[in-house]
Amino acid sequence: MNENRYSAKFKAVDALLITLMILPIIFGMMLYVLFTPPAEGIAIEGSRIFFTINMPLQPLPITESQVNSWIVIVSVFFLCLYLTHGLSATHPTKRQHIVEWGIEQTKKLVSDNMGEFFDSFAPFVAAIMVLSAFSSLLTLVGLYPPTSDLNVVGGWALLVFVLITYYKCKCGFLHYVKSFAEPVAFLTPLNLIGEIATPVSMAFRHYGNILSGSVISVLVAAALQTLSSMIFGRLPGFLGEFPFLQIGLPAVLSVYFDIFSGLLQAFIFAMLTMLYIASGFPEEDYKEKLKRQAASH
Amino acid sequence: MELAIGIILGCCALGAGLAMIAGIGPGIGEGNAVAKACEAIGRQPESRSAVTTTMLMGCAVAETTGLYALVIAILLLFLAPGRLVNILVETMNTLG
Repeated sequence: MNENRYSAKFKAVDALLITLMILPIIFGMMLYVLFTPPAEGIAIEGSRIFFTINMPLQPLPITESQVNSWIVIVSVFFLCLYLTHGLSATHPTKRQHIVEWGIEQTKKLVSDNMGEFFDSFAPFVAAIMVLSAFSSLLTLVGLYPPTSDLNVVGGWALLVFVLITYYKCKCGFLHYVKSFAEPVAFLTPLNLIGEIATPVSMAFRHYGNILSGSVISVLVAAALQTLSSMIFGRLPGFLGEFPFLQIGLPAVLSVYFDIFSGLLQAFIFAMLTMLYIASGFPEEDYKEKLKRQAASH
Repeated sequence: MELAIGIILGCCALGAGLAMIAGIGPGIGEGNAVAKACEAIGRQPESRSAVTTTMLMGCAVAETTGLYALVIAILLLFLAPGRLVNILVETMNTLG
């Protein structure tokens, strides 16, 4: 087993997986370079529409955010294959330790926040977290982050909303309808609004944070460029054109907005997913229902 | 015509600015949350990770109103002017 890991075949598969992991990102950068029209000055744009497919009901536009989401999905898929390549019980590799640590942390997080009943939710939560984090980190290679498109995050929030409703319906549909009239009947409209506000606020929170980060970064960069051309514009030749003030500050902002904020939002989205699903699920009623079913049989 | 477009653009910018007044609320709220979390960590340093996680969650929820305002401000800045100017131009064309 041990010598197998250093064989040429193992290394070749590793190299292939890493290449397949990086290729989609290079593909995305090529698309970006080929399809971006040259912009003058400050440009804050939504995701570009590459082409439109004619569908029966309504034309379906294929946007940059969709393409970039698929890039992230394929990349993360090969990253997972790379990390789980060559698993062994007796001689764990470095990457196996990393993977095991990650899985243990996720399981602990899920069981801490959701309780025993939802132990099987760990892969789902991990998938949401990883997808969101890598989508936000896509700005680091200069691509459009899919999470700054409301449609993408809205889709995720809708998925979470369906899950919340499914687990609320676990005790029967009537129980679900009745739960809106609690604690008193006249609060029903408020409860309905609160129910709808859950996915809306989740989507807006994630999208607003990422989008505001990129907008602020672009504005600061543009302001610094104007300022430096005002101050150093009189200098001759190359010195006059070089934006000296743009060194430094945009990088610090990028560390906060792109890395910290992106990862934090991924974590918060996953946490809120867990909390909403777990808190919507009527656990005690469900246990009673199970008991009654067991007694009747 | 130019005056009308100018008024539209100016009012959109003003509206975006006014919408962001809502940023005060989450600022104060999150400040309170972080202050209390610091106190809690100071009292019980061993509960640091749990307090931090809860605080981040609370901050995220408290931020929601501010983000609603932010979304409205962004719509007003980047989407509304074009739409409104288009509507204005169309009405002017139909009126002659």
